[in-house]
Amino acid sequence: MATSLNPSATADIVARANALFEDLSFASARKWKAAELGRKVVGYMPIYVPREIIHAAGMLPLGIVGGGDQLEVIHGDAYYQSYICRIPRSTIELGVSGRLDFVDGMLFPSICDVIRNLSGMWKLMFPQVYSHYFDVPQNYRDDIGGNFYVNELEELRHDLGELRGKPITDDELRHSIAVYNENRKLVRELYDFRAERPWQAPAAEVYLIVRAGLLLPVEEHSVLLRDYLAATRADERPMRDNCRVVLTGMFCEQPPLNLIKSLELSGCYVVDDDLLLITRWLTGDVAIDGDPLRNLSNAFLHHSESTAAKYEPNQKEKGQHLVRAVKRTAAEGVIFAAPSFCDPALLERPMLQHVLKEAGIPYIAFKYAENSGQMQPIREQAGTFADSIKLWSGA
Amino acid sequence: MTTTTKIVTSRAPVKEVIKDASMVKQKEMMAAHYDRLTSAPEAGHKVAATFVPGNLNELIMCFDLLNNLPEVNAIQNGLRRLSGSYVLEAEKIGHSEDVCTYVKSDIGMMAKGNIAPNGKKFPDPDVLLLSYTGCFTFMKWFELLREQYKCETIMLHTPYMGDGKITKNMIDYMVKQLKEDVIPTLERVSGVKFDIDRLREHLKKSTKAEDDLVRVLQSAKAKPAPIDAYFGGIYYIGPIFGAFRGTQDAIDYYRFLREEVEDRLAKGQGPVTPDGDMGKEKYRLVVEGPPNYTSFRQFWKMFYDEGAVVVASSYTKVGGVYDFGFRHDPSKPLETLAEYCLGVYTNRSLPMRIDMLVNYINEYEADGLLINSIKSCNSFSAGQLLMMREVEKRTGKPAAFVESDLVDPRYFSAANIKNRLESYFQMIDQKRAGANAAA
Repeated sequence: MATSLNPSATADIVARANALFEDLSFASARKWKAAELGRKVVGYMPIYVPREIIHAAGMLPLGIVGGGDQLEVIHGDAYYQSYICRIPRSTIELGVSGRLDFVDGMLFPSICDVIRNLSGMWKLMFPQVYSHYFDVPQNYRDDIGGNFYVNELEELRHDLGELRGKPITDDELRHSIAVYNENRKLVRELYDFRAERPWQAPAAEVYLIVRAGLLLPVEEHSVLLRDYLAATRADERPMRDNCRVVLTGMFCEQPPLNLIKSLELSGCYVVDDDLLLITRWLTGDVAIDGDPLRNLSNAFLHHSESTAAKYEPNQKEKGQHLVRAVKRTAAEGVIFAAPSFCDPALLERPMLQHVLKEAGIPYIAFKYAENSGQMQPIREQAGTFADSIKLWSGA
Repeated sequence: MTTTTKIVTSRAPVKEVIKDASMVKQKEMMAAHYDRLTSAPEAGHKVAATFVPGNLNELIMCFDLLNNLPEVNAIQNGLRRLSGSYVLEAEKIGHSEDVCTYVKSDIGMMAKGNIAPNGKKFPDPDVLLLSYTGCFTFMKWFELLREQYKCETIMLHTPYMGDGKITKNMIDYMVKQLKEDVIPTLERVSGVKFDIDRLREHLKKSTKAEDDLVRVLQSAKAKPAPIDAYFGGIYYIGPIFGAFRGTQDAIDYYRFLREEVEDRLAKGQGPVTPDGDMGKEKYRLVVEGPPNYTSFRQFWKMFYDEGAVVVASSYTKVGGVYDFGFRHDPSKPLETLAEYCLGVYTNRSLPMRIDMLVNYINEYEADGLLINSIKSCNSFSAGQLLMMREVEKRTGKPAAFVESDLVDPRYFSAANIKNRLESYFQMIDQKRAGANAAA
């Protein structure tokens, strides 16, 4: 297990994560690649890809979640109509501006039609890069969806083996699964800690720490998580009179960091969210022994998060993950925050709201874009929501 | 033979709309189907709701189920100018202004009594066959309907052809879903035992109709084209994309249609438009994307008034791509259903879609590509601007881009679209003049 040689104070750790977040040239990933001849980097988009396979190939999995509010989109807008969400246009901007010129492969997971079609655009625009649409099953039976998924995983394993010039072995996969199990455990620990003491782990800090995991080698990220947990536990901070909310709908296009900060400033402690879901998509450890691809498949089919991009076969289960999240974290309400024009989040929203209504859980809803600049309306809305919960909940 | 239908509206004077005999026949078939659907409860028939892309009509009929297609209902409501109020109703009850208007039209229609085009109430579906093919929204749409109807819902997941090929893994996955999930559930819901020979018989009929449909669509390679493969094409695909594929009715209709088109071809005639025979063919276009339905006739008129005929379109492939050789194959009934679903237009990768459009421009000797980009259909629309550039680059033919929506009248700006079309036709003229001068 990697250990921290130089534990830093909370502020230093957060500053490092923030620097990674703000760096749109991906310097840390470039540095990793340049450190050894033959190293390769494979990018992936939300929501989920099995990073273990990329890692097992000795490559760096690099999370690409758009350009945020600091990237000026000059070329990307020319590829999309005004009614398409923001993440594909800023991702294209990252590509055409050369910011991803060190990336050897790109994976586009099955999440929505926009990301799906972006996979084909990438093939056309960057033909020298390995681009692959990564399909996942919507049937959760081991002998149906599971078999399909294992074969898809096998194809990815084969392709990445070709890319590095050597097949990926089962033992390499088992090792990578163990490394990611450890990382997921730490992310879960961080989320549990925040749910327990949200004033000790502000949402914006947690976001930055978790987001660093999209950029750093997983081993390094696990060290960062451990350091942050140790530092923030030791760092007594004042508890505010905030209400506790679960954030949902932010699983793909990312909100501006200011938006997350604004929610807490307006009186809402975020005690759970669906941001950067890949870091905790698999809800338990993946088995190490046996067939590693079958183990990844089992985890995906039976122990993965619920989200809008997944079909819920059981009507009674629809939205219950949100109710459970509210109960588990002792939240008092839910904030639906969806990117504009996000089909999965916006089509899902009415169904989830019906479930919350039935469970007596208050909620509000708004939309954002990754480059939203005006936070005042969101602050007002969230502030009013927090006040209403404090004044009237349990009345 | 053409027929004249008198259209009477409260504001406009009596207007005569000219229709091919095949269009009249098609309309009668659709009306008969709506009558069958709305009388299903009294007749003791059960109903399966499903989608046009990945429509498994042959399989559905094996269980004596009637096929109800919510997109087709939304189209009917668009053509009847009802969809606008339905969309607003859905937004009023919490559905975002950003999402698919087919969904909102459907949900709004349910909220306002679920009335079919024949004025009678639609029956509640007994089963939702969620053929998840080429469109993410389908999944959420049927989850929304399931919430309302609380009926059995079957997911049939069609993998996307991201790498431009159908793999054995995809076929095996789909066949296994059909065998172990779809068919047993349909048996349970319908009370009818599955008979694979019955499926083969339906598939045989599908093949015959598909042959004739392809001959009709490919007739537009002639100059002048005897059909409009977009506006007219929408009439032609109705039966085969809907509840008739695999029936004798479909065989009869497509034979009738083919003969009608062959007759026009022999006479050197162009398409029939709502205002009668089209004048001289001046522009031959390939169109990508669905049409607008709330101003369908007005949109079409912008083309035929300028002598523009659509010789091929991608939208008429959304319920099945038959013109590159695929036919339903009764000798491998489940595999062929899988191949059909996998091959529908919106389940094809962007490079495959571009290849198709380039092929159409070359094969049909078109003057260029027009994209009608639909606000609420990301499956079609995301990436179309790149498609436009690629097609221009590979064919040397000019392309143009207009925007509207399927069934939301708020997104149809007639003056804007007309302006762009006129500019586009001028561009084609200039390109021709340049080519002639060079020659």
